[in-house]
Amino acid sequence: MIYLDNNATTKVDEKVLEAMMPYFKEEYANPSSIYNFSKKASNALKESRGVLKDFLNAKDEKEIIFTSCGSESANTAIKGVLNYNKAKKHIITTKVEHPCVLNLYQTLEKQGYKVDYIGVNSNGDLDLEQLEAAINSDTALVSVMWANNETGVIFPIKKISEIIKSKNPETKFFVDAVQAAGKIPLDVQDMGIDMLGISGHKFHAPKGVGALYVNSKTLITPLIVGGHQERGKRAGTENVPYIVGMAKAAELAQDALKYETTEVKRLRDKLETTLLKRIYNARLNTGVSNRVPNTTNIGFEYVEGELILLHMSDLGICASSGSACTSGSLEPSHVLRAMNVPFTAIHGSIRFSLSRFTTEKEIDYVCEKMPQIIEKITAISPYQDELAALKALKTK
Amino acid sequence: MWDYSEKVMDHYRNPRNVGKIDNADAVGSAGSLACGDQLKIYLKIENNVVTDAKFQTFGCGSAVASSSILTEMIIGKTLDEVRKITNKDIADQLGGLPPEKMHCSVMGYEALEDALKGYGDDYQDLDDLREPEKAEKIVCTCFGVTENVIWDAIKQNGLKTVEEVTNYTKAGGACGKCKGLIKDIIDTYYAKEKTENQLSPTQRILKINNIIETQISPELQKDGGDINLVDIQGNKVYVKLHGKCSSCKNATLTIKRFVEQTLRTAMDEDIEVIEI
Repeated sequence: MIYLDNNATTKVDEKVLEAMMPYFKEEYANPSSIYNFSKKASNALKESRGVLKDFLNAKDEKEIIFTSCGSESANTAIKGVLNYNKAKKHIITTKVEHPCVLNLYQTLEKQGYKVDYIGVNSNGDLDLEQLEAAINSDTALVSVMWANNETGVIFPIKKISEIIKSKNPETKFFVDAVQAAGKIPLDVQDMGIDMLGISGHKFHAPKGVGALYVNSKTLITPLIVGGHQERGKRAGTENVPYIVGMAKAAELAQDALKYETTEVKRLRDKLETTLLKRIYNARLNTGVSNRVPNTTNIGFEYVEGELILLHMSDLGICASSGSACTSGSLEPSHVLRAMNVPFTAIHGSIRFSLSRFTTEKEIDYVCEKMPQIIEKITAISPYQDELAALKALKTK
Repeated sequence: MWDYSEKVMDHYRNPRNVGKIDNADAVGSAGSLACGDQLKIYLKIENNVVTDAKFQTFGCGSAVASSSILTEMIIGKTLDEVRKITNKDIADQLGGLPPEKMHCSVMGYEALEDALKGYGDDYQDLDDLREPEKAEKIVCTCFGVTENVIWDAIKQNGLKTVEEVTNYTKAGGACGKCKGLIKDIIDTYYAKEKTENQLSPTQRILKINNIIETQISPELQKDGGDINLVDIQGNKVYVKLHGKCSSCKNATLTIKRFVEQTLRTAMDEDIEVIEI
């Protein structure tokens, strides 16, 4: 099996699992208990918070809240800020956010909030002028993803923060960094971020654990109310083994950042350039630069994505598609549509996402097999004339 | 991951009759590039028999499988036989399709219908319940689905909800603005069906007896009981329970919840089942 769907989820690193095991077996105490037995669990929690603080370069450990996932982090941050200051009713976000955030904004619109969705160009880059123009005195929140899950395109977080603070210093800035964590360095202080969410399973921790950074100047009303855990910002007994696992994963990711930006990038680029060269109806759906190192999104024109994935799956290759058919929603990717990717390519778009466990041999195998798969599917397409024209254009 | 049948997988892996017939006698198409699937079907017809069929499909696994099996289903058949094929037949031949993928079988049916229309076909069997002035009205602008297509899908598959119509035709699957219209079409269809499908008294007795024998009795037999129809008077259906059912404390519940409910769903809401 060749797993090139690491933006969907990643495999748990052996070392992460090892670090977690004692907190299932021996050190199972509730970290809030007062007896000695709970000491190791509560220390582990404290240490993990320290690791996450360093991972994000937060100022203080108190700014880290552990959650169950990326969606919970986003919901806690967004609803937390809006509920704390109910007077402000304006939100700015982008057209290409992850559904976990987009669907929340659509719900908030029904509750009376005004939401502006900022567009992107065909490279996937955000329209900063539109963003700047949208900020006003009623703007409670600007919410932008750091890296896009489908395309890997990175938004200029520091620049956006500067724009926000210059137009309305009271506006809070939430960054969904789920797809950036472990792929590029994260520095919340340098970037001027008020709140930032991450999810463990995207960087080799297990599913079911996430974190939210909320800086000390940003006040939120908790989403989950109950006990005093997480300084009253998120009730519920801390999931110690998973938190320990995520901290270990963050450490390993930090150590592997250089490998990610050199070796993983090299393999991604090799895959991308080879496929674009060998397959005449392949097109890169994004700009070349400003992307996380592990992701490429390629559109295969006049063929359909689910069928490509099924043929890949028969060869043991896992990836994702922006086609309507795979999602079950009937609508093709909202991200690629916002980028104006033509319909000829949007339904045949495939996202390959690598990890530090991806090998050169695997990439070579995919480079060898993809042209055969695409050729086979292209042969049954009703668009033979268009394909012939495309081929003539490419080979010219 | 979709739960595709072995047959679906076989057909998208090894599609049969792929390509174009240059001097085809009939050509039909369905879907569009924007929708994410398009099917073209080419037929060679001699003496009212389909002697060859080929297809080209842009679409997902189930779209390719539906097209592929459709060509196999029609080669060698007379036009009369081909006209009787519905989307349900295509799905059944494939060993079933996931509900969200039923629209792929509908597309196969639409392309076939389109081809036959182009062949100068005046076959109107499926239009008998249709209001002609509405037939080409576009209901779902996102996917370009006409009332015509929705009506056929409801009729051929017994669809009851807007969600089912979306699964079968895609209509309402994007912006959702036409969901109210789809609901109206469903209501209109069943209102019409009720008035036009009045059964004769004999047909009605046969149908009720058939439901009892094929749907109800086998279930009761599983628990060591049985049931048979004794008489029908108006909306009152008299039955007799046998075996374990006749002495079962829950017999009344079985009669009301299961027997009556099954008959009401299949026939009409006014049926009352009485044990004698």
